[in-house]
Amino acid sequence: MEDSVLKLGKYKFNSRLFVGTGKYQTLDIMKEALDASGAEVVTVAIRRANIGGKSGESLFDHIDKEKYTILPNTAGCYSADETVRTALLAREMGISDMIKLEVLGDEKTLLPDPIETLKATEILVKEGFTVLVYTSDDPIVAKKLEDAGATSVMPAGAPIGSGQGILNQNNIRIILESLSVPVIVDAGVGTASDVSIAMELGCKGVLLNTGIAIAKDPVKMARAMKLACESGRLAYLSGRMPKKLYAKASSPLKDF
Amino acid sequence: MIQINVNGEKKECPAGTSVSELLESLDIDKRYVAVEVNLKVVPRTQLSEKKLQENDSLEIVTFVGGG
Repeated sequence: MEDSVLKLGKYKFNSRLFVGTGKYQTLDIMKEALDASGAEVVTVAIRRANIGGKSGESLFDHIDKEKYTILPNTAGCYSADETVRTALLAREMGISDMIKLEVLGDEKTLLPDPIETLKATEILVKEGFTVLVYTSDDPIVAKKLEDAGATSVMPAGAPIGSGQGILNQNNIRIILESLSVPVIVDAGVGTASDVSIAMELGCKGVLLNTGIAIAKDPVKMARAMKLACESGRLAYLSGRMPKKLYAKASSPLKDF
Repeated sequence: MIQINVNGEKKECPAGTSVSELLESLDIDKRYVAVEVNLKVVPRTQLSEKKLQENDSLEIVTFVGGG
């Protein structure tokens, strides 16, 4: 079955799986896992550069910038101001004008602060960024972020790094119904079936990091996530049968 | 010499040092960083022109692994 490409602003992607670059044991394993995932977009974070002596290996020595579109995040920001500053620095790196906007509310839950997230979205859209915004699964907030001009709204399936899967499918379904921008599930995905569920619901993509990075075999898990993303998408496009309470035989029951 | 603050650390550099020269002296690969001076981003194209002043506060950031 032919599938259309995923359009995010001026960007077009064939793969609907977006993967992170954090928490890998080595950069070599990360590189192999990125490759196995088939992802075309990889997320990175922004931190102070090491100024005490040798700068050591750069992440970018292991990421082929011709092959991947870089999606910097604003992880670790707790206010709109801080987030905007981080995004401006990320863009000045000269690699990407996409931003995975996240403004966190507190360190314990890592849940997004909806008010600061909305403020930062408004500012960065005006600044010309392609804004992919991380949010909770609250349909009202999601709609407001779309109205503010986000290119994609990315509700969490479950708390960041929790691996609990898609906790509230109903909310994700409501978000999918009420938004017209692409909805990408971001965060909380633990294993392949979680990715499939998100895609079967009609999400346009899934962004994940920990589920691959801390699996015993990250490269194998990356491939599993890739296949799950493709099969979930295919199932969505195929139109699943309705769920029924009672049995309905697949084989004829009479006329031997 | 002038006093500056780089990523929270006190440093000294000769008066008239550009951001670009400072990065070189710190052995930092310019391809992979962005710089803020006194909370304002320095455009990449102006790294060599931007001269540092006494008490300037710099943030030099780079990409690291993240999700």
